Amino acid sequence: MFENLLVQGLSGLASASSLFLVASGLTVIFGVTRIVNFAHGSLYMLGAYLAWTLVTNLPRGHFGFWGGVLAAALIVGVVGVLIEVLLLRRIYKAPELFQLLATFGVVLIVQDLALMIWGPQDLLGPRAPGLRGATEILGVRFPLYELFLIFVGPVVLGLLWLLFHRTRWGTRVRAATADREMVGALGVNQRLLFTTVFFLGACLAGLGGALQLPRESVNLQMDLAIIAEAFVVVVIGGLGSLPGAFLAALLIGQMQAFGILIFPKITLVLAFLVMAVVLILRPYGLLGRPPASAHAAQVVEPPYPPPSPAFRALGLATVAVALLLPPFLGDFALIVFTEIAIMVLFAASLHFIMGPGGMASFGHAAYFGLGAYGAALLVKHVAAPMEIGLLAAPFAAGLAGVVFGWFCVRLSGVYAAMLTLAFAQIAWSAAFQWVELTGGDNGILGVWPSDWARNKLAYYYLALLLCLGATLLLRRAIMAPFGYALRAGRDSPLRAEAIGMDGFRIRWVAFILAAVAAGIAGGLFAYAKGSVFPTYMAIPRSVDALLMVLLGGVQTLSGPIVGALAYTWIHEQLMRLFELWRLLLGAVILLLVLFFPQGLAGAAQRAAEKRA
Amino acid sequence: MTLRVEDLHKSFGGVQAVAGVSLEVAAGELVALIGPNGAGKSTCFNMLNGQLRPDRGRVVLKGEDITGLPPRAVWRRGVGRTFQITATFASMSVLENVQMALLSHRRRLFDLWRPVAREDPAEALALLARVGMQAQAGRPCGVLAYGDLKRVELAIALANAPALLLMDEPTAGMAPAERVALMELTARIARDSGIAVLFTEHDMDVVFAHADRILVLDRGRPIAEGRPAEVRADARVREVYLGTGATHGGH
Amino acid sequence: MTMTLRRRTALLGAAATLAAPTVQAQEGPIRIGEINSYSAQPAFLVPYRNAWMLAQEEVNAAGGINGRRIETVFRDDAGRPEDAVRHAGELVNSERVHLLAGAFLSHVGLAIADYANQNRRLFVASEPLTDALVWARGNRFTFRLRPSTYMQCAMLVEEAAKLPARRWATVAPNYEYGQSAVRWFKELLTRAKPDVQFVAEQFPALGRIDAGATVQALAGANPEGIFNVTFGADLTNFVRQGSTRGLFERRRVVSLLTGEPEYLDPLGDEAPENWIVTGYPWAELNTPGHVRFRDAYRRRFNDYPRLGSVVAYDTVTAIVAMLRRAGSTDTERMIEAMRGLRFPTAFGEAEVEFRAIDHQSTLGAYVGRTALRQGRGVMVDWRYADGRNYLPSDEVVRTLRPQG
Repeated sequence: MFENLLVQGLSGLASASSLFLVASGLTVIFGVTRIVNFAHGSLYMLGAYLAWTLVTNLPRGHFGFWGGVLAAALIVGVVGVLIEVLLLRRIYKAPELFQLLATFGVVLIVQDLALMIWGPQDLLGPRAPGLRGATEILGVRFPLYELFLIFVGPVVLGLLWLLFHRTRWGTRVRAATADREMVGALGVNQRLLFTTVFFLGACLAGLGGALQLPRESVNLQMDLAIIAEAFVVVVIGGLGSLPGAFLAALLIGQMQAFGILIFPKITLVLAFLVMAVVLILRPYGLLGRPPASAHAAQVVEPPYPPPSPAFRALGLATVAVALLLPPFLGDFALIVFTEIAIMVLFAASLHFIMGPGGMASFGHAAYFGLGAYGAALLVKHVAAPMEIGLLAAPFAAGLAGVVFGWFCVRLSGVYAAMLTLAFAQIAWSAAFQWVELTGGDNGILGVWPSDWARNKLAYYYLALLLCLGATLLLRRAIMAPFGYALRAGRDSPLRAEAIGMDGFRIRWVAFILAAVAAGIAGGLFAYAKGSVFPTYMAIPRSVDALLMVLLGGVQTLSGPIVGALAYTWIHEQLMRLFELWRLLLGAVILLLVLFFPQGLAGAAQRAAEKRA
Repeated sequence: MTLRVEDLHKSFGGVQAVAGVSLEVAAGELVALIGPNGAGKSTCFNMLNGQLRPDRGRVVLKGEDITGLPPRAVWRRGVGRTFQITATFASMSVLENVQMALLSHRRRLFDLWRPVAREDPAEALALLARVGMQAQAGRPCGVLAYGDLKRVELAIALANAPALLLMDEPTAGMAPAERVALMELTARIARDSGIAVLFTEHDMDVVFAHADRILVLDRGRPIAEGRPAEVRADARVREVYLGTGATHGGH
Repeated sequence: MTMTLRRRTALLGAAATLAAPTVQAQEGPIRIGEINSYSAQPAFLVPYRNAWMLAQEEVNAAGGINGRRIETVFRDDAGRPEDAVRHAGELVNSERVHLLAGAFLSHVGLAIADYANQNRRLFVASEPLTDALVWARGNRFTFRLRPSTYMQCAMLVEEAAKLPARRWATVAPNYEYGQSAVRWFKELLTRAKPDVQFVAEQFPALGRIDAGATVQALAGANPEGIFNVTFGADLTNFVRQGSTRGLFERRRVVSLLTGEPEYLDPLGDEAPENWIVTGYPWAELNTPGHVRFRDAYRRRFNDYPRLGSVVAYDTVTAIVAMLRRAGSTDTERMIEAMRGLRFPTAFGEAEVEFRAIDHQSTLGAYVGRTALRQGRGVMVDWRYADGRNYLPSDEVVRTLRPQG
């Protein structure tokens, strides 16, 4: 018994080491550049693929294997530099989190490129020379390579420590991580610092991927499989903290190794549960520190200017088209129009907390999905009609907003965003695993509209009425005292508190309102599709919401609307017409990011202002 | 007496930041809290407006014990505050900044319907007029000069007709001419409206020109209190301001 | 590199169908709308689409169906059922397809099936394995080709019951497919052999197995037999860790789908030996029908067929046979033609039938043992398990499927 537990712990250590390698690069990059690098998983995957190509083509033996692994890591480092220099460097001044949009474009492009270069089949790399077999530990066999990995983690941590504490470059990196103001003070050196940090971070990701070669097959799903977990580790450890990331990786690795002995089905959600608990107890992660001065780090957000006449005319024209054109459209166009109307509300609901509230959510799909499930569960279990289901949707989502929001709005920045993600994943796994209630991943079928709304045109007008209405109400709230109070809390929490505002309650109510609005969208989506699945609240849908808001421009009122229109339409067109739609969608996103760093609506507004 | 502070104590990790501070401020009176860096002025201030909870002692406002209440509750009881580094809402106009304080005062923050733009601006404009900022009402706070921001803060602080104004380094970062103007303005408003003012200040010219009374702190302890002339003559104050830590420690 | 070439031909095929006019005369081509998770599951679906194009070309070269060509409009759902439903709407309303087909993932299959039910369209599901598709949530518009989770489990239980092993452990991906496979395996094996004991179960997250810990947890329970449901990358990682740690020594492993080239080939010379698996022995299967299919596929794509290729080829064959029988593209007529339809399979085995009772086809699978030959995994001692022998009795099926 004891020997089994010991070896179980050792297995956990080996996984922890692998996880730490990826997370270390991510945390270093975030610490200095504040970029939420979604493409880190892609760099990891590239590391694995490149290592496979190099190792299988180089002569067998120690040189071929280890040389190949290191070369792969370095090449990935260069890829990282290219991404930084060609893309990210141009948008550092964009609003917070905007860079996430760009890195997501990179993810899409790398997915299709990897498919084109390496083909669809999983690739199995050779085992490491000298470390093929196993050793006996108290009579239980344990792979040598896993033993090797257990040592790699601490060694890399030690080398990074030396690099950061014994070199001038490292001192600068630490200074920049600790204090954002320092980065500005570095002046010209800032560019070099960012580029080199990106090189290091990408190398670590590549190394992490390459070292998986003797362990796992190389496949096209590696990027997304690792990225969420890597972020979890970084956040649990405390953003920017290497020792924190190491501790967090150990924690996750051991929880995973022993958790499955007790609850075999906990695999889906364990990491997120741990993160939720850690963040509730320690709002800045295990070893993270609150930002040196929240006050100085404030980004000055521009005010919402009244829309220019041209812009207002454009908005009215859009509404007119939405109202008048559909009777002349075919059924499929109506389906797309309905979906766009729903996405507009979904994006507007996220924007409500993200724009005026300054709280990003990485898990907004939870409320969309819970709205859909709120309706569908009533259909499934009590055969409720659509009208009741649509009422239940915002209620279910709002209830989740009350509970989840109470925890989330206490945190700030990426920590808050990651806690929303944790709750979303918990909700998702409940929908996924509570088969008796939700039907599991096979979903709930037969969520059909009432007879009067079964006609596509009728349903479109119903969706338009509710979505447009709710979106306008949200806009109204933004311009009302409540929206101002929300902005006040974002602009200066100190001042807001000093004039009697209860920032927590204001943010909480905003969170609940956003959840309710997302729930309306989710309920409408359920009846539009006729069925409900856990994918409605999975990470990709949360990412969609973020992309729509960022693409449109988080700092403008019409941003989410423009973003939802553009993203849903582009996505639908590309997906339908091109096999390599991910490549194209990624390229389109990169172009938009480079040319419109304020988002589409922001750019339109500026153009209108210039003309005026 | 508008504000009565009794025997405040606060320590951070074994370091005594404030020890035994007591003071009183009457309506219409300007009291300055001075002392060298690290004397405990800011800690003292933060305990008065609720950002910090004292280890010991009481803060009494108009006869009501407000010790340990959060800042927003302290504000609701009539304590306005300005900050050493100005804190305003950068994405709003000057007028809107003041309107926010008024809306909060009237407990209308959870109004989801009536646009702020349709609020009657008269009261906010009147407040701005009092601090001489009426002409800039429409400008975003994010683009104002620093001295103007200080005035806006003063207008915000006056929005709920406070009994007490807490001003942390009100003239820090301003040009000398502006300093005098701002403090004269403050003194006039305080006397006209019967507001008690407690402020900390580095600039001794400002302190001695405008304060009715002065309390001097050193290492968290009060070492002198009185009218400007008395304090100016106090030997210990001179020592603290002119001498070095070594001489101080030697006694 | 061959892969990119093959993809390009597939692309050309898609482009050709896209270029086709969308408004059809009554006697224009018969259009099939095919929805699948192409970008999410390329390893399975590239060979699938190849064979689909092959079958379609053969039918059209032979004069089509009563002179009408068949055309397929492909759509990628990226693994999201909500996107699949939107594509279904587009295919039906805007591309004017006559029937829907495809789906690899179970939830996508169910979503399209529900769409078909709501909008009264025929849906021929090719791949999705879930039993719910034809049983618990079956509907009269949906038919499924591939042997279901239940059927493949039943095939393996037959073999597992012959083994001396009494203490069993299971490992399966943590979603409906894995869970119901484990449930059926337990239920059917306990029925066949009441004294078996299940001593451990592991449910790693799909695509994210922590293989070392999972293997160790199974080994700690010291089972005599292991039932594996993992596939793809999870399987590879599981096998690597399991082999190195000696998990498979002196233990019998019974494994779903592992004999399919899609999953066996990536394992290369590390393919496990002597596992009892379901799969597709493409190289040794020399029935005349299969030889013809294999040669045609090789000629066309310069590669060997995978199981996905057979599934696609058979789906097209079934659709064509149905269309000939129906003599119309009216949905009701097509459904009538599907019920009890008999058609040949690319396996070259006995004719397959779409059962009228539950719309499940009787296509079977091969059951055998894995072995290493010239540095790659193959199936040996295999036999064809005809699907009709691994379905519950009609009375049971009637209780499983909503009637009326």
